[in-house]
Amino acid sequence: MITEYHVNGGDFTNAGSVSSTVKKMMRQLGVDSTVVKRTVVALYEAEVNIVAHAYRGVVTVDLQPDKIYIKLADEGPGIADIPQAMQEGYSTASVAVREMGFGAGMGLPNIKANSDILNVNSVVGKGTTVEITNNF
Amino acid sequence: MKIDEIIALVEGKLIEGKTTDEEVTKAFASDLMSDVLTIKDASSLLLITGLANMQTIRTCEMSEIRYILFVRGKKVTEEMKELAEENNMVLIETSYSMYKVAGILYANNINPLY
Ligand SMILES: Nc1ncnc2c1ncn2[C@@H]1O[C@H](COP(=O)(O)OP(=O)(O)OP(=O)(O)O)[C@@H](O)[C@H]1O
Ligand SMILES: [Mg+2]
Repeated sequence: MITEYHVNGGDFTNAGSVSSTVKKMMRQLGVDSTVVKRTVVALYEAEVNIVAHAYRGVVTVDLQPDKIYIKLADEGPGIADIPQAMQEGYSTASVAVREMGFGAGMGLPNIKANSDILNVNSVVGKGTTVEITNNF
Repeated sequence: MKIDEIIALVEGKLIEGKTTDEEVTKAFASDLMSDVLTIKDASSLLLITGLANMQTIRTCEMSEIRYILFVRGKKVTEEMKELAEENNMVLIETSYSMYKVAGILYANNINPLY
């Protein structure tokens, strides 16, 4: 089953609503709770990254009987140096983002830790695509 | 420790949820949601935080943290309450500081998560 969601940059009130929906879907399918948690933590960090760092994005979720594939494609400033961004502690988050409780530079490393397969691609000035795959 | 005992120790106020028989055995204090999101085992865990916004509740929803103590008089909004209720959470407010709360609960055998 493929579903699609829209995420708006700067919209901290709704940040996490996609992750919340996906959590309910996975639970309904009876996916193991450890895998559900890993997936929604990774997805939530990636969703917050769109809200915190990009202008807008589309999240595509492909929930299959044995795995979940999630693609978050955003329009935004992009990431110039992905290996640097993947390092714990690296952050360019604004003061506003820090006030929301984010901007520790721990999101991408945590997404990696909670994904079986992670792909991050980015074009500076255009946007970033994050792909997460978790097997059940 | 029961939720009621925690509330009494910190002179707190129950804002959302029921004070059941469930026990809180450990705690983690942070305002950094990305740090909270690295927690693997959130069972019987109390989050002590000075961050009171929707992302606090969302983070706990994803991390499966059910007990949240807001310090320094930080106020829970109606929207936060609704999301917490949906996720069967317990929200407590106290005027005590994070340091004071941590000291009191530590002295009363609530274990640190790390
Ligand atoms: N979707 C994105 N668009 C543009 N830049 C991004 C995006 N995601 C991450 N980045 C860049 O990579 C950095 C590191 O991201 P990461 O998620 O690890 O940390 P953070 O978002 O800054 O803080 P945290 O996730 O701990 O709240 C960000 O500060 C930002 O510079
Ligand atoms: Mg992040």
